[in-house]
Amino acid sequence: MIRSRLTAQRLAFLFLLGCFLFNYPLLSVFNRGGSFFGLPPLYAWLTGSWLALIALMAWVVESRAD
Amino acid sequence: MLQGWVIVLASFLYLGILFAIAWYADRRADSGRSLIANPAVYALSLGVYCTTWTFYGSVGRAAASGIGFLPIYLGPTLLFALAGFILHKMIRVAKTNRITSIADFVASRYGKSQLLGGLVTVIAVVGVIPYIALQLKAVSNSFAILASYPDIIMPAKAGAVPLLQDSALYVAMILAAFTILFGTRHLDATERHEGMVAAIAVESVVKLVAFLAVGVFVVWGMHDGVGDIFAQAALAPEVAHRLASADSPAAYGTWGTLIFLSMFASLLLPRQFQIAVVENVDESHLRRAVWMFPLYLFLINLFVLPVALAGLLHFPGGGGVDADTFVLTLPMAHQQEALALFVYIGGLSAATGMVIVETIALSTMVCNDLVMPLLLRLPVLGLAARADLSGLLLEIRRWAIAVILCLGYLYFRVAGEAYALVSIGLISFAAVAQFAPVVIGGLFWKGGTRDGALAGLAAGFVLWTYTLLLPSFAKSGWLPDGFIAHGLFGIELLRPQVLFGLAGLDEITHCLVWSLLVNMGAYIGVSLMRVPNLREARQATLFVGGAEAAGIPGWRGSAGIGDLLPLAGRFLGLERAQEAFSRHARQRGLRSLHELPADTRLVGFAETLLAGAIGSASARAMVASVVTEEPLGIDEVMNILDEASQVRAYTRELEQKSRELTRATAELRQANARLQELDRMKDDFISTVTHELRTPLTSIRAFSEMLHEDPRIDLAQRSRFLGIIVSETVRLSRLINQILDLAKLESGRAEWTVAAVDVAEVIREAADSLAPLFVDKRVSLQLDGCEAGLNVLADRDRLMQVMVNLLSNALKFVPVASGRVKVDVGAAAGEVRVSVTDNGPGIEAGDQEVIFEKFRQGTGNTDVLIDKPQGTGLGLPISRQIIEYFNGRLWVESTPGAGACFVFTLPRQAGDNGASQPTGEQP
Repeated sequence: MIRSRLTAQRLAFLFLLGCFLFNYPLLSVFNRGGSFFGLPPLYAWLTGSWLALIALMAWVVESRAD
Repeated sequence: MLQGWVIVLASFLYLGILFAIAWYADRRADSGRSLIANPAVYALSLGVYCTTWTFYGSVGRAAASGIGFLPIYLGPTLLFALAGFILHKMIRVAKTNRITSIADFVASRYGKSQLLGGLVTVIAVVGVIPYIALQLKAVSNSFAILASYPDIIMPAKAGAVPLLQDSALYVAMILAAFTILFGTRHLDATERHEGMVAAIAVESVVKLVAFLAVGVFVVWGMHDGVGDIFAQAALAPEVAHRLASADSPAAYGTWGTLIFLSMFASLLLPRQFQIAVVENVDESHLRRAVWMFPLYLFLINLFVLPVALAGLLHFPGGGGVDADTFVLTLPMAHQQEALALFVYIGGLSAATGMVIVETIALSTMVCNDLVMPLLLRLPVLGLAARADLSGLLLEIRRWAIAVILCLGYLYFRVAGEAYALVSIGLISFAAVAQFAPVVIGGLFWKGGTRDGALAGLAAGFVLWTYTLLLPSFAKSGWLPDGFIAHGLFGIELLRPQVLFGLAGLDEITHCLVWSLLVNMGAYIGVSLMRVPNLREARQATLFVGGAEAAGIPGWRGSAGIGDLLPLAGRFLGLERAQEAFSRHARQRGLRSLHELPADTRLVGFAETLLAGAIGSASARAMVASVVTEEPLGIDEVMNILDEASQVRAYTRELEQKSRELTRATAELRQANARLQELDRMKDDFISTVTHELRTPLTSIRAFSEMLHEDPRIDLAQRSRFLGIIVSETVRLSRLINQILDLAKLESGRAEWTVAAVDVAEVIREAADSLAPLFVDKRVSLQLDGCEAGLNVLADRDRLMQVMVNLLSNALKFVPVASGRVKVDVGAAAGEVRVSVTDNGPGIEAGDQEVIFEKFRQGTGNTDVLIDKPQGTGLGLPISRQIIEYFNGRLWVESTPGAGACFVFTLPRQAGDNGASQPTGEQP
């Protein structure tokens, strides 16, 4: 499956990216009042970046480029 | 419509359908057309992570802390990003070692320790029981709420209801029965349950669709989209603060802790390990799961915050409605009976999925790592001698399931009301997080030992119990709560939730900080106290090193199929065992299992086979009882593990070199011997030459002196003396010429003029030149075959020299007057053969080679040189050198007393037409 070292490393990079996206201090940037297209900024940020991360993971494991 | 009996009927109908799916999937699996050999099914079955905690509890947590429910799902997403490093390795290791549970995994990693397996089992059971209680609470509550429709009434506190009227008890009993039916119908050597996995995948779909249905109803049915809900929430002062998270270091700390915690939980919870590792059909399914499982988590959480906000808006001030029930009560409040029933079924899915997998996994652990090792040790029961134990194994598992659910119910009665759903779940998460150091460390660090793992787990478990479990009992009034406020024995430092004064953290983070710190410290510290022993080192290589270590034999010593088959049969059933051994025999290219040799490979196979049924530690103990094993010595294992191959390579190289040296030495010795021989021959040669030279010189000198000193010698006498002097001088110069000639021949500096030579002509010429001597001695010379005109490639003058030599040699030894010398020339087999026969005294057999050596003449007494007129002792050696130069041979045939026959052969020149090529180079 994730035999390719490159795929595993790309995924590990996404892990680090996710750790950064989902944690302090980046969260505090979005943790405020106001609205972003009618959504609370923190909710919009987490939902959006989470979905983007999943899409990247899918792209990494499903692409046969390597 | 939602009377109690309808709900009960719907519940049983749903469970019946699930059972049918499981039954069908098992049938398909038996016929080899697996229903679950599909990456999507694998990813969906991983959705067992989402229990009623997710289904009901997320909304409850969101209502209390806004987005704070989310880390529990971000953690698994991140873990699956590391799947290539961690999960993939675990699956591979588990498959090669037939690991069937997390307890088995840990026990196997640290040298197949039964004690360690037992400890992990205890921690898992104790840690997970609150989690099971949570499911019971959720199902019985949702049932009670739904049954009270159209009113929305929160159920009474669990402890307040008499035991027999408590619906949670019946839920527990039904779930126990259902799980027993599901999980323990037969014993599988790999502990895989295809039917169960299929049912779990279906349940994952049901709960997801149910939750999405509620979400869609709440967002678009009750409100005007998500934006509408958030806009209304922003206006409501009580609700508005849920829109953002608390902005404090502690809040972010908790957030990070929960991500970290859920990451490990999604890997180490017994049910997650069961589904992700044990039930994995194909490693490649993991690829799809890497994004499908996080996507599943994303979808099931999409509407959590909107539903929570809508609930808060709809039931202002709480309104007596528990936020954990918003998913169910919102549709009920809007008279959506069907949706409410569907939601209830979704919640039932979440609960049954979790309970089934969790209790099956726990029962396997309890049976294999706790009960069986104890039973097998009790000689009173005589179990070790019982013929068929497979029934007993199933019985133990059934009882284990029942007992675990009873304990869950007990915890629910005792402590269930003190916490919201999410908090109960987190207690379990913190418990299984204790496995993280030994599992992750065991996969990547070879130095961990059994003692270290025991110390780490025990220390972590004690701290978890003290800082999290006991306070949960105390808060529910089941334990005196004095020790929470004032510390154990009134010591302030020992307050369980402010241990050693560590304040400012929530209880989960506080527990994790202490327990994991002590756990890792003890694991690493104690491990480093000694070198891993042999078995630990072997297992470490298997787990850390992966596939390349698979060839390491774990057993020395052997047992035959006659011992191993009955042993495996007792646990697996004879038929299954026979089937497995036959398969093994086929893999090894044998016709039947009876041909299996009694070797370590067979023992290893039997152990792995048994490990599937009773756990690796017990399997080792059982196999050890029939194998007459010589334990592996430290030297041998060192040989096997580390330097062996290198050392062996060096040894081979050394042996090779030593062989070469021996050969070289032998060659040198030979060469040296040859040199010594040559040296001796040179000395001999010089002394012989000087002797040979001195003889004529002495004679010349003697006669010269006589002539010089005595002037009265008469003329006749003088003339005779001078004649002697002249002949001796001639002899001397001939000797010197021959020595020079021989030296040239031997050193290869002689000059050759190679051309086609007519042998017969050369012979005639030689005979002619010697004719006067033959006449003088009255010896007859007869030439035969000299008209043949045979050509050879040679130097004419040299060939002449050989002929003259042989003829004069013959002349020298034949008697005067009656002597006869005969020359024969003939051709045979591409050769020209010339023989010179005389009727002289002949040559002794021992002398026939000696005469070809320098200065040796055939006298019958090889040591004494007898001076013969005209003989130098160099003629034959020179002749042989010449003949051999032209690729011919020269030898003598003789019978003493009957004359001698000197023969030489030369290769005949092809065509004999006289066309010749110079051979050029010296050989």
